[in-house]
Amino acid sequence: MASKQFDIKSYTGFKGITLLCLIILYAPLVVVTIYSFNASQSLTNWEGLSLRWYVDVFSGPESAKFKTAAWNSFVIAIIAATTATAIATLAATGMVRGGRFRLRPVSFGLISLPLMVPEIVLAVATLIFFNSIGFQRGLLTILLAHIAFCIPFAYLPISARMQGIEDSYEQAALDLYATKRQAFTKILMPLMMPGIISGFLLAFIVSLDDFIITNFVKGAGVETLPTAIFGSVKQGIKPNIMAISTLLLSLSIVMVTISYFVSKSDNTK
Amino acid sequence: MRHLGEAKLAENKQIAIDVRDAVKRYGDFTALKTISLSIMDNEFFTLLGPSGCGKTTLLRMIAGFEAVTEGAIYLFGDEIANLPPNKRPVNTVFQNYALFPHMTILDNVAFGLEMRGKSKSEARTKAGEMLELVQLSQFSARKPSQLSGGQQQRVALARALAPQPKVLLLDEPLSALDLKLRKAMQLELKHLQRETGITFIFVTHDQEEALTMSDRIAVMSAGEMQQLGSPTDIYERPHNMFVADFIGETNLLEVSVDAINNGRAVCHLGGGHELTCNAVEGVDIGSKVHMSIRPERLFMSENPAETESLKGRIKENIFVGTDITTIVDLQDGPDFVVRTSNSDRGNKRIFEPGTEMYVNMELGAGRLLAD
Repeated sequence: MASKQFDIKSYTGFKGITLLCLIILYAPLVVVTIYSFNASQSLTNWEGLSLRWYVDVFSGPESAKFKTAAWNSFVIAIIAATTATAIATLAATGMVRGGRFRLRPVSFGLISLPLMVPEIVLAVATLIFFNSIGFQRGLLTILLAHIAFCIPFAYLPISARMQGIEDSYEQAALDLYATKRQAFTKILMPLMMPGIISGFLLAFIVSLDDFIITNFVKGAGVETLPTAIFGSVKQGIKPNIMAISTLLLSLSIVMVTISYFVSKSDNTK
Repeated sequence: MRHLGEAKLAENKQIAIDVRDAVKRYGDFTALKTISLSIMDNEFFTLLGPSGCGKTTLLRMIAGFEAVTEGAIYLFGDEIANLPPNKRPVNTVFQNYALFPHMTILDNVAFGLEMRGKSKSEARTKAGEMLELVQLSQFSARKPSQLSGGQQQRVALARALAPQPKVLLLDEPLSALDLKLRKAMQLELKHLQRETGITFIFVTHDQEEALTMSDRIAVMSAGEMQQLGSPTDIYERPHNMFVADFIGETNLLEVSVDAINNGRAVCHLGGGHELTCNAVEGVDIGSKVHMSIRPERLFMSENPAETESLKGRIKENIFVGTDITTIVDLQDGPDFVVRTSNSDRGNKRIFEPGTEMYVNMELGAGRLLAD
């Protein structure tokens, strides 16, 4: 009886509000996905199923531009995610295994602050920083900026995972004559792997998607996929944008799914 | 004669672990107050005490996980207090076993051997032998989580014993097992210790476990060692209130010592009751101290026995399987707990509550405690 009384589903309007939220969240995505398969030039009139806009993405007039942009995006995402993951792993090791040092809360704040700071502020700050040290804007500035803002995203799943690993495993390794380095590489790293992979994937997606910061720090003529799409849209939305968006969306879904399953898989079992 | 022989044996034996004036402080908190003790080679030594008494801290100091604030620890004559854990030839069986979850049972047991520089095949062969010793060979390809608690426990033992440590440290390794399994493991541990001849240092809060397995026991409380001795010593000749109360069940009576003659102390219980027991060093005439009498050393009868006897009335009988526990009310005196074993009940009457009778004991049954 008690459980029935507190069942949230019994509140009036529960279903309605839930449906409304879901529609607002997902309707645009569904529309874009459906219309990317439209045979028509028009954005709104459905004229039948076709893959022409996907063909257009890969071989149409804008394909060269998108290919370069996609290449840039992937290279940056892979390097940025890898570097950020390595830094985040070390940071998590220090934070979780470093005992209770005095600046621990401050350190945690500093690591996760970029998640809370408005992205536009970060973008402007990064731009001003690069300008003031006279750094030529280009792929390298994008990469550096991406590494920086990817760290907290990689850090969260890694440190969450690490908190779940009792330190008696490392103590057992030390007790069994392993050096500190061996205890880390042979015991701690393998146990942390699900967290590390999950952190990497998250950082990768965040880097691949990023528009605001990238747009500020990229040099003239250097494009990533999001900035290229934006540039293209400014000259009018064509259905090929929907096709690209749908491709990116499916990639994101795949990555997030992998990340979800990896983080749930527990090699301690 | 037997005593002399034992002393001689002890002289010939080497000291495995020698803790000298070891102190452990965490900031202002003193976890261990100046402890000195020698643990002999081949000994099954137990650190016994309630949680927070410092027993685990001492064990972790020997293992190398806790730094020694003051003092020294010697392992067969070598000072080890400043060595990291991987440089000390001692191994630990952890309370939660800490088996590496991503490795097979065989690799777990082989780990220490490999880290000591043995080749992979050599380490695995030796690990296989260790698993045979603990009868788990058929599980060598499994992961730790596929084993039961008792099996994991044996793997942890095999893993810690495989590199042939000079001393094996066991941190409450049986506390997670159920009672039956725990009893079986107690015997198995004892056998394993005899077979391997390795010194075991065992930490537990379970006094029964300590009494069952140990050659010697150090009883600890509040960071201090209360008593060091054989299980019989500790059980039958407790030095103080804490030890008498912590080990087993006992009647703790407040007494005042009226007279001491020929090594016998005559004590007053209040209510006009008197008891004579062996005198103890440090307890003088006139002192108000405690006397400990184990419930199983008392017996009841309708008429006073020739030894020490006190008149009382039965309050309650409690059946506890192997024994019957009887609570006896002494007129104007304290309550007594008397334990009668059911195995020899034939010649001992069970009195109904309310019956008047005598509680008797032999002269040596009472033990004065110098607090």
